Amino acid sequence: MAQLGQDDPKTEVQNVRQQAIGGHAIAAALPKLTLGALVERIGDYWTLGVLILVIIVFGFTAPDFYTQANWLATSVYSTEIMLLALGQTFVIVTGGIDLSDGAVLGFSSMAGALVMEHMLHLRGISSVWIIVAGFAAGIAAGTTAGFVNGLLITKLRLAPFIVTLGMLGMAGGAIDLLHGGREIIDMPSQVSAIGNTVIGGWFPIPVLVTAFFCVVTWLLLSKTTFGRHVYAIGSNPTAARRAGINIDRHLIAVYVISGFLAAVSGLLVMARFNDASPIAGANDELGAIAAVVIGGASLFGGRGTIQGAIIGTLLISLLDTGLVLANVQPFWQQVAIGAIIILAVFLDQVRLRLKER
Amino acid sequence: MTSSAVPVIEGRKISKHFGKVVALENVDIAIWPDEIVGLVGDNGAGKSTLVQILSGSLSPSSGEIYMDGQRVVFHSPIEARSKGIETVYQDLSLALDLSVSANIFLGRELKRKGILGMFGWLDQRQMNVKAKEELEKLKITIGDITSLCESLSGGQRQAVAVARAIAWGTRVVLMDEPTAALGVEEQKKVADLILEVRKHGIPVLLISHNLPQVHALADRIVVLRRGHVVANVKKEDSTIEDIVAWITGAAQAVA
Repeated sequence: MAQLGQDDPKTEVQNVRQQAIGGHAIAAALPKLTLGALVERIGDYWTLGVLILVIIVFGFTAPDFYTQANWLATSVYSTEIMLLALGQTFVIVTGGIDLSDGAVLGFSSMAGALVMEHMLHLRGISSVWIIVAGFAAGIAAGTTAGFVNGLLITKLRLAPFIVTLGMLGMAGGAIDLLHGGREIIDMPSQVSAIGNTVIGGWFPIPVLVTAFFCVVTWLLLSKTTFGRHVYAIGSNPTAARRAGINIDRHLIAVYVISGFLAAVSGLLVMARFNDASPIAGANDELGAIAAVVIGGASLFGGRGTIQGAIIGTLLISLLDTGLVLANVQPFWQQVAIGAIIILAVFLDQVRLRLKER
Repeated sequence: MTSSAVPVIEGRKISKHFGKVVALENVDIAIWPDEIVGLVGDNGAGKSTLVQILSGSLSPSSGEIYMDGQRVVFHSPIEARSKGIETVYQDLSLALDLSVSANIFLGRELKRKGILGMFGWLDQRQMNVKAKEELEKLKITIGDITSLCESLSGGQRQAVAVARAIAWGTRVVLMDEPTAALGVEEQKKVADLILEVRKHGIPVLLISHNLPQVHALADRIVVLRRGHVVANVKKEDSTIEDIVAWITGAAQAVA
């Protein structure tokens, strides 16, 4: 090999690369040649690049892509997954996963609608109070489900995957138990106004609410001690415990946040369609997890940002509506998302393998 | 060493039993200001049990701990830490996904003043400044304080863990196998770092298998064998061969 390499610079580079894969010292000496350095440099930005690329490409292929109508449709459509992805980010950064948030979304909207339906039948109660009570019930339902998740994970020391899978089943069943598997459409007319009013022609209320929670969760995760401790727990639980961080309390809080945001999402879906459907939110957890992972979070914990989750959600939503506008079968969206997830996780593993050096 | 009247930390007649297994029996250990104490012994001799008792991770079955002559009882590592006992664990306890500065302040983050602080708002700038100061105090060079610990070499990670340990009004540092995972060049840097810590008046309890290193660094060496202190000698009064003999039980020492 050395003989060949002396004359041929190309082979020389190849040799160095081969050695770099096996030999750590050389890999460190030539950081620019390694895949890991490249991954590290592109880092969290590659999905933003893909997002911009998708926006540009759809601009050419789908004539109606840059229209107010498409903005309204896509932005409102994205809120359902976006809110789940925000909560899911906290959970995934701790190294956990919340498989129940889609079911909790449906459970919360059904619980809220049920309260409103009952109060409507009582008559004489002003619709403002009915809405306040209904929304409060929905929020309480989602938050409680999240609290139970957190309690089971921390106190019974069960894996988040198992607990939230169980909650997926229980919340899913509870949706049908609450109202016999039927939808609820009996609610004050103002509910629909909340879901469908567009402020200033460009800003639907669900989008504004979601934007608000994007800002709040971003601040919470990136600017506060709570957020810092969430990262520490996901990165190295032993170190976090030795540093005096109350891990159980933080984990419970994280699942409560996820349940709360699932409830907000469920109530907005209900408001948009003026309907609490027993299938609302079904399988949404997959979209939310995909969005978070596409946004650069590591399923091993310690990594992930709200910005990334937002980018991931927008990418998924844009592919969905853009492919329809471009007259492509929307099923290709699922194929594209699947491929992007695998690529995102692959890049994460390359990074982790390099960390072991 | 020094003429201080009382040790910084002292364990008197410490015993620890796990069921019928005796891990430590009537162990006396004292660490005086400005000294590096090497704690050596074979696997299972009780070194790490003793360190865990001094750092509050374990409670002794019997015996007492004194700091500056005052009796103390630790129910958790956090309590021990609040009294100025910092431990540098063998695994370093660093969150590799967080920055150098975030790790130095882990669990003790600085918050903004006023209302923002009440919401737990981090004062990142202040933490970066202070973390840099701490590293410079120990002559540790790490280019960018905001880089992730993941990107550091083994020796640099060790340095960050040590800097974190002594950044908090620390009275004594317990170091568990600080160089076990390092190459020769980095071992030397960590050795310099340990000497630098002593220069700041902070005594170090150094647990290590690396006898030449312990002998080079420590002022005093305590040898544990099967839960008993079998030797407690000034470095000048012993050779590495003596220590090996005490560790293996080939010779009896005068404690």
